Amino acid sequence: MTLRKYLVLAGVAVFGAVGDSMLAHGMKQVGRISIHHLQDVVLAVLNPWVAGGILLLLAFFGAYMSALSWADLTYVLPATSMGYVVLALMARFVLNEHISQMRWTGIILISAGVGFVAGGPLVTTHSHDKPEEFEELEPEEEPEEVGAGEVKR
Amino acid sequence: MKHLLTWSSITVLVFFSVLGDIVLSRAMKQVGDVHELWDRAGLWSVVRRMLGNANFVIGIVAMTGGFFAMLFALSWADVSLVAPAAASLTFLGNAVAAKIFLKEKVDRRRWIAAALVAAGVALIAG
Repeated sequence: MTLRKYLVLAGVAVFGAVGDSMLAHGMKQVGRISIHHLQDVVLAVLNPWVAGGILLLLAFFGAYMSALSWADLTYVLPATSMGYVVLALMARFVLNEHISQMRWTGIILISAGVGFVAGGPLVTTHSHDKPEEFEELEPEEEPEEVGAGEVKR
Repeated sequence: MKHLLTWSSITVLVFFSVLGDIVLSRAMKQVGDVHELWDRAGLWSVVRRMLGNANFVIGIVAMTGGFFAMLFALSWADVSLVAPAAASLTFLGNAVAAKIFLKEKVDRRRWIAAALVAAGVALIAG
């Protein structure tokens, strides 16, 4: 587990959580969209909070796909659920919101879950998909790689 | 009727989310370690390989289906019910589906983690 991988997992957690809440905040400013004016949903993108939220969710998707390329789904999901905890702590200490006892219990449960999975292995599947698919894909990619290698020459 | 519609749309939402996560996870295992590939062949090669993967495309379609199911659910019920219910059911569904379809070794440690996170999410978002 390298620093880069920790950063990607942190990125999944933070980008997802912050992106979601920016989107929610923006949509509250935009207001309800009537079924007769569905085109308003496109205009919602002009709201800076919505636009920022979409950018962060794109970053989330990139980080999530990257994490899934080297770790199990059942590792990535709990490990990145720390995002919920980050959000709740932000609400408490940045926005000074009140956090109920039920939410504190939730924070403790999620943190415990993350602790459980973080101590285990990243990947538990061996040579199921990978080798065959790699062999299928590799020849196609080779000419491209020679092209990309030109920089090195 | 309201309950039936709410819970049916939550079920559809969870189905699409789990399907999306499972096929995207499989797609990215087939694409290979993105960091290595990026260093070796550049970003463009990573993007091309992802877009050329059938599972990746199915995953995106499933995620889109889930998005619309969520909008539908939200029009029938409060976000304070839909979000935690869908998130925690998706966690548990993913653990079961990853074991069956991705052959991940979901040992006791991971079951406990999935259950704790699912319960935690339900409490925190509720």
